[in-house]
Amino acid sequence: MERYVYADNAATTPVSESVRRAMLPYFEEGWGNPSSLHRKGREAKAAIDNARSRVAAAIGAEAREIFFTSCGSEADNWAIKGAAFAARRKNPEKNHIITTVIEHPAVLETCRGLEKDGFSVTYLPVDGDGIVSVEDLTAAITPSTILAEVIFANNEIGTIEPIKELAAAAHEKGILFFTDAVQAVGAVDINVKELGVDMLSMSGHKMHAPKGIGALYIRRGVVIDRLISGGGQERGQRAGTENVAFAAALAQAIDDATASLSDMERVAAMRDRLIDGLLKIPHTRLNGSRDKRLPGNVNVAFEFIEGESLLLLLDMAGIAGSTGSACSSASLEPSHVLLSIGLPAEKAHGSLRLTVSHDNTDEDIDYILEQVPKAVARLREMSPLTEF
Amino acid sequence: MYSEKVMEHFSNPHNMGEIENADGVGTVGNAKCGDIMKIFLKIENNIITDAKFKTFGCGAAIATSSMATDLIIGKSVDEALTLTNSAVVEALEGLPPVKVHCSVLAEEAVKAAISDYYKKNGIDKEIPGLDCHCHGDHCNCEK
Repeated sequence: MERYVYADNAATTPVSESVRRAMLPYFEEGWGNPSSLHRKGREAKAAIDNARSRVAAAIGAEAREIFFTSCGSEADNWAIKGAAFAARRKNPEKNHIITTVIEHPAVLETCRGLEKDGFSVTYLPVDGDGIVSVEDLTAAITPSTILAEVIFANNEIGTIEPIKELAAAAHEKGILFFTDAVQAVGAVDINVKELGVDMLSMSGHKMHAPKGIGALYIRRGVVIDRLISGGGQERGQRAGTENVAFAAALAQAIDDATASLSDMERVAAMRDRLIDGLLKIPHTRLNGSRDKRLPGNVNVAFEFIEGESLLLLLDMAGIAGSTGSACSSASLEPSHVLLSIGLPAEKAHGSLRLTVSHDNTDEDIDYILEQVPKAVARLREMSPLTEF
Repeated sequence: MYSEKVMEHFSNPHNMGEIENADGVGTVGNAKCGDIMKIFLKIENNIITDAKFKTFGCGAAIATSSMATDLIIGKSVDEALTLTNSAVVEALEGLPPVKVHCSVLAEEAVKAAISDYYKKNGIDKEIPGLDCHCHGDHCNCEK
């Protein structure tokens, strides 16, 4: 059989067997509405309460601090808009948000939208590894600042930010701190109380639950506006009949991820072997921090070639990855993250992201390390830039 | 997202490489935008007897280079100048809208190479609708 290596786990992950089994009862017997008073409703209510407790326990929160959403992007939108509008209504002087240049579009576009609504936004720079400086955050805070948001771990280059220190700096000046942890939950050990964050977002499909479920942690005592108005679900904070099956899936996924966190050492070892192997290809650089990095993330840039053609060749060889090249997007602009860490556009076009998980094996890594150099050599042979 | 024809030309590009002592060489695009095409022509008695390309770019850029060189081999220089980007797209059985610019580059690369041929042979002709700058061993044209 032809080998197929899925190495695009930062894009999405397959639904695991245990998650699928955890969901099924809610499509068969447990289809009730948790708001109903009768038995079917009570069963569904018990199921969603159970899911909420498990998600809370996995990140060191209380059950009543967890709110289910339809996805990570909804959680990001809600946290930022909810905090911004609630603060400004109370005090019109409060109109400033701080974020960074390397955020996911769910955060960046939300902030750009707030600028149109009259808020001012500061986009903090990052260093060559993609790390945000605590001093820069402190310096950006003004009396009108409401909230600072920093991505926990970047989705493209895997850089892990100093969230605990950043949250402390925000609190020292009395502002809220939110982190988009969509790539981090399930991959690294997270305790919201130890980190001291006020809000944290997560997404199910990045950790083997289906697409269509996310959650927002909101620390008790933090009051933000609702994003979705309607009935009194989610303690009145997020309307819409609860997706019980998918909440159960998220709970199972986060339980499984927590139980196998020690396996992340094996994933990190595969990542390191991939990085070392790929860097043997001449004119190749690693994007992002070597040590402050998600266990499954590899992002390299090959000079003189373009990422989309590389992905097509790898796809033909049965390897799934992704690229920050413009050619892979509709915008024709290369990745804002790669440009932010100082890569010139022509090098950003030649980037390849491979994200491995505990489903991958050493044989997968061998296969990638056999196929990528071949594909790179083939494209370089075609390239008019290869005159070295 | 790509047609079978595009994938065919991407996987097994025709005419990939360089021509030594080419009669015309044209380079278009730039690395910052993610596409560069370089086309080499061998011209005998006003007929394009061979064409080769080297391309840095996405799948569509490689496939359009392959198809454009196929379409001009055996043609007269004047016929090659009538090659349009839409003819390249048609021959490839379509391109996604965001990739159409690759076919424009292919048309321009052919014209840049012909412009270079004119210059090398002291032929005083302008390429209609194109702004060409020749320097060193090749010409660069923009539509």
